[in-house]
Formats: sequence, structure tokens, C-alpha cells
Amino acid sequence: MSEWVIPFHYDYMIKAMIACGLIGLTCGLLSAFLTLKGWSLMGDALSHAVVPGVAVAYIIGWPLALGSFFAGLFAAAAMAVVKAKSQIREDAVIGIVFTTFFAFGLLLIGLYPAQVDLKSIIHGNILGIADRDLWQVLGISVFCLFIICVKWRDLMLFCFDVVQAKTIGLRVGLLHGLLLGLVSAMAVAALQAVGAILVVAMLITPGATAYLLTDRFPRMMLLSTLLGAVTASVGAYASYFINGSPGGCIVTLQTLVFLLCWIFAPKHGMLAQGRQKNASAERKEEQA
Amino acid sequence: MIEHATKQMSLTVDDLSVVYGNGNAALQGATFSLHGGTICALVGINGSGKSTLFKSIMGFVRPTSGAVKINGADIKTALKNQLVAYVPQSEEVDWSFPVSVADVVMMGCYGKMNWMRIPRKFDHEVVEKSLRRVAMWDFRDRQIGELSGGQKKRVFLARALAQGGRMILLDEPFTGVDVKTEDAIIDLLRELREEGAVILVSTHNLGAVPEFCDQVVLINRKVLAYGATDEIFTEQNLTAAFGGQLRHFHFEQSTIQRHDGRAVKVLTDDERPLVFGKDGHLEYKNREGREELIKSRRKETE
Repeated sequence: MSEWVIPFHYDYMIKAMIACGLIGLTCGLLSAFLTLKGWSLMGDALSHAVVPGVAVAYIIGWPLALGSFFAGLFAAAAMAVVKAKSQIREDAVIGIVFTTFFAFGLLLIGLYPAQVDLKSIIHGNILGIADRDLWQVLGISVFCLFIICVKWRDLMLFCFDVVQAKTIGLRVGLLHGLLLGLVSAMAVAALQAVGAILVVAMLITPGATAYLLTDRFPRMMLLSTLLGAVTASVGAYASYFINGSPGGCIVTLQTLVFLLCWIFAPKHGMLAQGRQKNASAERKEEQA
Repeated sequence: MIEHATKQMSLTVDDLSVVYGNGNAALQGATFSLHGGTICALVGINGSGKSTLFKSIMGFVRPTSGAVKINGADIKTALKNQLVAYVPQSEEVDWSFPVSVADVVMMGCYGKMNWMRIPRKFDHEVVEKSLRRVAMWDFRDRQIGELSGGQKKRVFLARALAQGGRMILLDEPFTGVDVKTEDAIIDLLRELREEGAVILVSTHNLGAVPEFCDQVVLINRKVLAYGATDEIFTEQNLTAAFGGQLRHFHFEQSTIQRHDGRAVKVLTDDERPLVFGKDGHLEYKNREGREELIKSRRKETE
């Protein structure tokens, strides 16, 4: 028997690969929007801000999704209020709010060590995840996937041109909230797979990679979805052999794919851009 | 759609004041009204409230007092009916966004589609028609960043066409645009005017204003003057609007009135120059089509 199929003999590995694959898939799709909207920092912020929500959910026995949803919304509202009522720049506001939320989460975990495991929140716990949590995570992913699939054109316009979205009568505030909600929800799901610290990679890297590969948004969505799904399930699979954390494997794999695309992408890669530069320089010389 | 096309458009800005959260009074009691079809220039220095006025018409800022009405109804209704189309300044657009020319124009149709925004055959036809009208159909599959300045402008004009907006706002339509495209844009705006649209153009390009705008709104927090270009676009009014911010070139002789035989040539490297006669009246490049005006001026001086 080949040793490559060993992971498939363990229930927990199969569960982890499927769960990571689905979470990676939805995060990948979402990342196409976040990278174009310029919400990378926002993704990082929300992924840390949901931690107290997750902690509270564990402590009082609520569903994870509910806790995180409220924490995410609360954080987003806090950022909006601080930004509106102070002279501080937006990135500083985000920095202040998300670290505050994260610190509060750590405090809660410290106060109730029996209910919440710090390590599983920081590093993820997809291999040892309880079935109840697994179902929640899968439910969140499928729900978000569905929402994005039916509303992607509105969200695309929201990312591309808010002014136009508003002038044709779309409810921009609602779309803003929707995208924030999706990020919070997927942050919780991805937190199970790779842990709070690496969530932002799942929400950004596939989109950034796909951006280098195409000039059309639907294709970019498809590619980032595919990249997210494949890297996440393969990363989970690979973690069995190196006995490392799935989160580390998944994100390292995503970074490798990104680097490859950055160098070799047909039009926006470094090599291609170098060739284009040379070609235009030659053309200039010929003209001269 | 057809209903709007036959209906006479009107924009009424009534005693509009906008004070921002930081206490900056961007507009104070601005009042004017426009009726379609017309091309109206919105002229004023930076910070005079031009963009605030645009934002008010698009419903982005809430008036502190007063109101903006389109066809007698509030802005929200107008937006819902796809009446307001906005052609942005080039700097406001993310040109590296992975969308094609046709994608952008299709976004103009979103408001009329169902909630999932799945384009119908009709929408594809509208997109094609709009792109052909601005001569950009051959570029439909290009990523928008790969276009020249003039082509970029035309794509966003096509989006306004596809949307079917009857109240069209253009923000600095001529910056970064070559002379040929400038003429093409002006021709298109004239066609839209014939179709009854109200076109409001915010511009710094003073020399272009008399060439294609029927009306002018001079603004500096308040509306300083508004009305027909011939009457409003005078040296005195512009000096009042701009203070010392304009360069002056003085010629001793008029080109259009008494010294008809003598031509004066003005060269400019970028924007069209604005030329006034002795008494501060506008000078036009040629006399054709302005016989009435010349006659009335002659009467004034005799």
C-alpha cells in the first residue's frame, strides 16, 4: 500500500481535508472582492476582532456563528464611530480597534481557561474539531458561498465604483454591511482551519494570486476559488506527513503558489513584464 | 424608459445649503433650475462647492436646508428611476480593476435588471448600441486600463448612455482628453441635448464653455449668477467668481464687433482660451450661427 493514501484511512484527516477545502473555497471566492476593494487590513482586523465573539460563544454555549457575527459587527461599528468622531486616520483606527478586540478576547480566554482553548483559537483546530463545530463551520461556508453566488455582480460594482452603485439606486450601505458580514462569518470558519493569526492569508492570498492571472473579474473569481479550495485541502493533507499544523501548511502552500504566479504569470508576472519592457524599449530604438 | 424619453426633464435646486460635520459650509442657499434639453456648465474655483452640488444631486450628502428635485420629485425617486447618470473624473476610477470595456458599460444597466443582475438579450443590445455610439465597440474586450485618456472617457459616457440617464453629470470631461475626442464628446452631448436631457458639466476649461454650453451656473458657495452663456459668461462675472485666479491677456482690438476685418489669433497649448471684447462680452471663434447676437450687440453700441 502506498504511503500517500494513508491520510485517507483516518476519519479525522478526511474530515479536515473536506472542511478545509470548503472553507478555502469560500474564502478564496471572498478574497477576490477583498483584494480589489482594498480591504486587506479590514480582513485582518475582522479576523482578530471575532476572537472575543468566539470566546463568548464557547463560554455561554452559543453557536460560534452568532458570537462572531456580533463581534464582527460590533468591531465594524466601533471603527466607523471612531473614524467619524476623531481626526485619526483610518488605518490607525483599524489598528486600535482590532487589537482592542483581540486583547479582550485573550482576556476572556484567560479568565475561562476551562471552556476555551487558547491554542485552538490562535492556531486553529481542524484536526480535533468537534462534530457540532464542524457542521457550523460547513454551514457558514455554504451560506456565504450562496450569498456571494447570487449577489456577486452587486458586490463587484460596489468594489469597483461605489458612486455608480449609488446613482443607479443600489443600497450601498447594505452592500457594505453584507461584505463586512461575509468577512466576519468566514473569519470564524477560517479560524477553525488555520487559526486567528493566519485567517487573513486565506482571505487575501488567493485573490491576489488570481489577480495576477487574469483581467476579467468572473475568471478571477473562479481562479481564486479554485486556488483557495485546492491549497486548503492539499495543505491539510500535507500536514499529516510533516506532522505540522494544517494552518501553517495551507498558508505556506498559498504563498508558494502566489510566488510562482508572481514570477511566471503570462501577462502580469515579473518575467512577462520584463519582456514587455524590453520589447517596448526595442520598439523605441527602432523608431529612433 | 420610453416614458422618461418623452418627458421634459427638469432640475431644481432650491435654497440648497450643505454644512459638513466639520463645520465647513460648502453651499449656502444655492438656487437655480434647468430644463431639458440643455447643456449647462458649472464653473467655479476649487472648493467653491461644485463637487458638493454634484454630491447633492446624486444624493450623497444630505442638505442642511433646501432641496434638490428632479422632475419635481426627490432625489431618491430619481435615482430609483435611473434618471441620474454620472461620468466620473479619471482619477476616481480604479483602472487596474479586472473588468473589460463591455463589463463597465453593462454595469450601467444593473439598475434595470432583476435582483441577480443577469443580463438579458436586451441589455447586451443596449451595451452594443451605447458602445457603437461612442465608437468604442471595437475595444469592447479590452481591460479598461489599456485605453488612452480619451477612450477611457468615452467608455464611461457609454455607461451613462446604457443607463439611459436623463440628468447627466460630467466631472471635468476634458482633462486628459485629446482635441479630437473633445469634439466627439461635445457632439455627443449636443445629441443628448436634442433628445431632451439635462447635462451639467463641471469644468475648469473656461474656453470650451461658450462653444458647447447653452447655460452657465457660476458658483462660489452661493450661486453667483446663472442663465444663458452669452449673458452670464462675462469678464465681470468671471472675475467675481474667480477673484485673482485667472490669467489675463489683453488685446487692444475686438475680433467680432467693429474691427471685423482684422483677425486676432490666440494660441494655447492645452485648454481652449476664453476671449472677451472690450466691454467684457464673450467673443466667439466664428460668426456663423450667431447673427442674432451680433445684431443685438451692434444695437447696444450704436
